Amino acid sequence: MFGYTWSELSSIFVMQSFSGFSLFSVLLLMALGLAIIFGQMGVVNLAHGEFMALGAYTVYLCSEIVHKHIPALAPYYFIVAIVAAFFAAGLVGLFVEWSLIRFLYKRPLDTLLATWGLSLIMQQAFRSIFGAREVTPTLPDWLMGSFKPSATIDIPINGVFVMGLTLLLTFGVWLFMFRSRTGLQMRATVQNRVMSGAVGINTKLVDRFTFSLGCGIAGVAGAAFTTIGSTGPDSGSRYIVDTFLVVVFGGTASLLGTVASAFGIAQSQSILEFFLKGTMGKVSVLTLIVIVLMIRPKGLFASKVRS
Amino acid sequence: MLGVNNIDVGYNKSRVIHDMSFKVNPEEILVIMGRNGMGKTTLLKSLIGILPSTSGSIKLGDQEIAGMDSYQRVRSGIGFVPQGRMIFPSLTVTENILSGARGNVAQSTWDEIYALFPVLHEMRKRKGGNLSGGQQQQLAIARALVANPKILILDEPTEGIQPSIIKDIGRALKEIRNMRKIAIIVTEQVVSFMMDVCDRVLVMERGRFIHEAYRDSLNSDKIKALLAV
Repeated sequence: MFGYTWSELSSIFVMQSFSGFSLFSVLLLMALGLAIIFGQMGVVNLAHGEFMALGAYTVYLCSEIVHKHIPALAPYYFIVAIVAAFFAAGLVGLFVEWSLIRFLYKRPLDTLLATWGLSLIMQQAFRSIFGAREVTPTLPDWLMGSFKPSATIDIPINGVFVMGLTLLLTFGVWLFMFRSRTGLQMRATVQNRVMSGAVGINTKLVDRFTFSLGCGIAGVAGAAFTTIGSTGPDSGSRYIVDTFLVVVFGGTASLLGTVASAFGIAQSQSILEFFLKGTMGKVSVLTLIVIVLMIRPKGLFASKVRS
Repeated sequence: MLGVNNIDVGYNKSRVIHDMSFKVNPEEILVIMGRNGMGKTTLLKSLIGILPSTSGSIKLGDQEIAGMDSYQRVRSGIGFVPQGRMIFPSLTVTENILSGARGNVAQSTWDEIYALFPVLHEMRKRKGGNLSGGQQQQLAIARALVANPKILILDEPTEGIQPSIIKDIGRALKEIRNMRKIAIIVTEQVVSFMMDVCDRVLVMERGRFIHEAYRDSLNSDKIKALLAV
């Protein structure tokens, strides 16, 4: 079939599926933070990609510091760097919400322009601090290499790590959103901001925390990307369109929708790209998304309850 | 309990409440009657802080609350059940109730709420948006009660509710007052409901009170005449 033997074809499917899972992890990692900021708050944050880049640069900084000053910790620094990336991006997000975003709620066009401006400022800041060339942190040995379950199948360890991190983060976000009181307050504020205040929820604080959390998760996404690619000042902006696509296609206020959307888009794209070549594969997936959104304008997992 | 002194409330330059003063006594059920558009909802919104008053004072006990945000007023002891219930449709019944709580909810509070509204226990895992209007009203009251308010404010709780449930709501309000020893303010248009629950009634017209009566001197015909029903 297609000029391949059955054995070759099954290996191709395994490898493409793994490639699809890798893409799924990347898309989901990117989209989780945005699903919180855009899906829960309705803020179109065009600087989301730059928060990912900030996370990636934080890992790079940690790598440089550890390898220059405390090389004995080199095998372990990466886990700490992921936490540092979360807090670095989260704290900058906290400042951005306080200094900029809070003045722009209910003004989506102004938010769009302001966050676009912010993304340019952040890109220039990265360029000024780290230079225009892409940088790569020195990864610990346990993240390098691959394992071969058979002669024709080669699975990279860093890809498996990103998948594991994605699953862990998704579970963590679900746990936080659906099993914690703060998550409950966030979901209540999304549904009715005025009424949330009238039941005793400090909605301004919830907004600040929500934006900060979304940015922090973007930082973790950036940290994960350092295992599969290098980081440049405009690395984040390359992913922003795909990220919005995942969130909108899944249904803006649905975590399950974001997961399903990332999985569907990644697997379709990965398999179609092999048989139809890159551009046509992407065009086919985009066409399918447009058709689905025409039928279900609120995305795959829109809420169905009386208000 | 609650003292409102000389407040003005409005939308932009249009004043709806004019230099209004009244007080609510401890453990009293005060019913504010008035036709549509007379300013009942605007008054309650100003008490909870959704539409802050532009002048005057609102005191809960000794605490001035007029300058506070809504959530601070709730934490000071005001419970609010808005017109149209406004429950959170995508949250479950339990989550809706928890959204009004600060910290952990004691089992005795759950027991009390479920004793008042048994249907909420049966439907505790169902989404709020999938309840009937009457059930949503009960949920909205439970959500306000879980914060242990000193005063409970309800905006037209019988609006769009079937008669049998209206009786249940009246019974529940009296039980809440007796059990919790709290004051209750209710705005209403249904005279029979007012007659059932009130200790005192104020009739409102064009942002001012035009009539006041205590339960033992209530004249429903006069109230009906003032409401033009």
